[in-house]
Amino acid sequence: MKDSCTGCGKCEKTCPFGAIKVENKKAVVQDNCNLCGGCVQVCPFDSLELERKVEKKDFTNYTGLWVFTEVKEDGTVRNATLELLSKGKELATELGQDLCAVLLGSNVGELAGVLARYGAKRVYIVDQPELKEYNTDAYSTIIIGLITKHKPNIVIIPATPLGRDLAPRIASTLEVGLTADCTGLSIKDGLLLQTRPAFGGNIMADIMSPNTRPQMATVRPNVMKMAEPVEGARCEVVREKVSIERGLLRVKVVERTRTSMPGEKNIDEADMIVSGGRGACDEGNLRLIEELAKVMGAAVGCSRAVVDLGIKPKSHQVGQSGKTVSPKLYLVAGVSGAIQHLVGMKSSDVIIAINKDPDATIFQVAKYGVIGDLYELLPKLTEAIKRERGL
Amino acid sequence: MHIVVCVKQVPDTTEVKVNPETGTLIREGVPSVINPFDQFAIEEGLRLRDKVGGEVTVISMGPPQAKAVIQLGLALGADRGILLTDRAFAGADTLSTAYTLAKAIQKLGKVDLVLCGMQAVDGDTAQVGPGLASTLKIPQITYAETVDVTEGKVRARRTIEDYNEVVETRLPALCTMTTPSNFVPTDPPFSKIQKAKKKPYEEWTANTIGADPEKLGLKGSPTWVKKVYAAQTKEKAIIIKGSADETVAKLVEILKKEHFL
Repeated sequence: MKDSCTGCGKCEKTCPFGAIKVENKKAVVQDNCNLCGGCVQVCPFDSLELERKVEKKDFTNYTGLWVFTEVKEDGTVRNATLELLSKGKELATELGQDLCAVLLGSNVGELAGVLARYGAKRVYIVDQPELKEYNTDAYSTIIIGLITKHKPNIVIIPATPLGRDLAPRIASTLEVGLTADCTGLSIKDGLLLQTRPAFGGNIMADIMSPNTRPQMATVRPNVMKMAEPVEGARCEVVREKVSIERGLLRVKVVERTRTSMPGEKNIDEADMIVSGGRGACDEGNLRLIEELAKVMGAAVGCSRAVVDLGIKPKSHQVGQSGKTVSPKLYLVAGVSGAIQHLVGMKSSDVIIAINKDPDATIFQVAKYGVIGDLYELLPKLTEAIKRERGL
Repeated sequence: MHIVVCVKQVPDTTEVKVNPETGTLIREGVPSVINPFDQFAIEEGLRLRDKVGGEVTVISMGPPQAKAVIQLGLALGADRGILLTDRAFAGADTLSTAYTLAKAIQKLGKVDLVLCGMQAVDGDTAQVGPGLASTLKIPQITYAETVDVTEGKVRARRTIEDYNEVVETRLPALCTMTTPSNFVPTDPPFSKIQKAKKKPYEEWTANTIGADPEKLGLKGSPTWVKKVYAAQTKEKAIIIKGSADETVAKLVEILKKEHFL
């Protein structure tokens, strides 16, 4: 805190932790300051300072941008990885470094072609039977080994349940910076600038890790745009063999059952989601929502209340304790808009909300707000779309 | 069995709003609460203790006022509470927080099971739990909805994407907990809150846990927050009302215009 402070109070209002109080026309930083730096930005007089030094370490031997490949149950690459490759290609080009993919699994070698089409110049493959299913210990140990050996500058991982289990394990062991659930990535002064939401999406933060390598981030699925694949693109393949001790596989899945019906559309990667809340539960079902979703070719989402009522399994739940989705279309009816639901869907491209209450919070995030009775509107809309589609 | 539950005090995010004119956070009157996932972790830990015997220690890193969440843990039934509070801890990112908690847990001696909330609702990173497990070199199970312990193993039920799973690992281990759909947080009665004040409560500093000062707080945090700003508020919704038929016709038009039909 410098003498130039006039006690204007801007910092006091900005502080997310309530840790600044203006006393006698001077801002005083209290003990509960979290050193987040929010106040430094808003001070018109440059009175506040956070002392941090960029260490003069030589990181020139760290090069390349790596993307972790998440392989789905059916043996294909998850879209989230392809999105990261697409974004990674831009960033790697800007840095003048190689875009690489890391691929772990069993009989996954063929996927290198897919990764190449989305921009990977080199793919590091560890292909062994023990890696057929994801295992925290095995995957993290192998990737830590690869990072230590090949020294990438940047490692990005999809912020899926798997990625969010894996990434902190790697970063903590390597003692490097990791930013969770980013919605934006760019290059600034040769460093990875990572943008992420916090406080339920009310504020955004730009984060960097200047003093450690690799710079690591997990990135929210469905946010980065997937590029068009380049047919005929090729890549270098680096195969690594590792020995996996049985003792390393400490966590075992002893039982596994599918919660969704086979053939049912999954909300994670759906382009369109039709979603319903408590208000759309008619006689213990979500029929009106499901019928509309069917004619639209959309996946069915729901709020927590619907799961609590036992009407839909949790795999359909959108929100803080469910899934975060960002489809091109999120059409929602009968959800008033609790923050926990909004967090899970507000980054969707086009949100259409139907609600009886003109003051429903859901309208704050919607592009189109329909004030009306869903029991009257949804069946008519379903019929109208059927006609449009010639069904 | 010794169960340690890690908790965090957070601003009630459902109450935090952005002033649309100034773009700053309105936090006046925003109460501090326990992270809801952490309260579930405490209650699950207590349930387990009551079943298999042992003790539950609730631990938090935070400013002095975070004592409130430890007191809540004690009122809910925990046996011992520890608040890690020191200026040196301020500004910690997830790596540094995991390190600090790990040092404290190591000081506690024999610990069989560490429970954390899946994530804190202010930061939503979900990184401290796995980071802590990694620092303690113990296995982790993330997103658990219930945990049970038998014969030196912990077994957790969880829902990961489209699967219900039962996952198992040896103790000592760490589980991050997510609230099952039927969870209603307990509001402890006044008598228990009063009784909790007599339970063992300690405040530990960097010295107490023998931490390396280079790894603490802002200094020990490799991630730097360069800028914090209000999220762009969306433009106001285009409101559609009228008769059902008119509305449906407009909706079809919109779906066509946006290329969904």
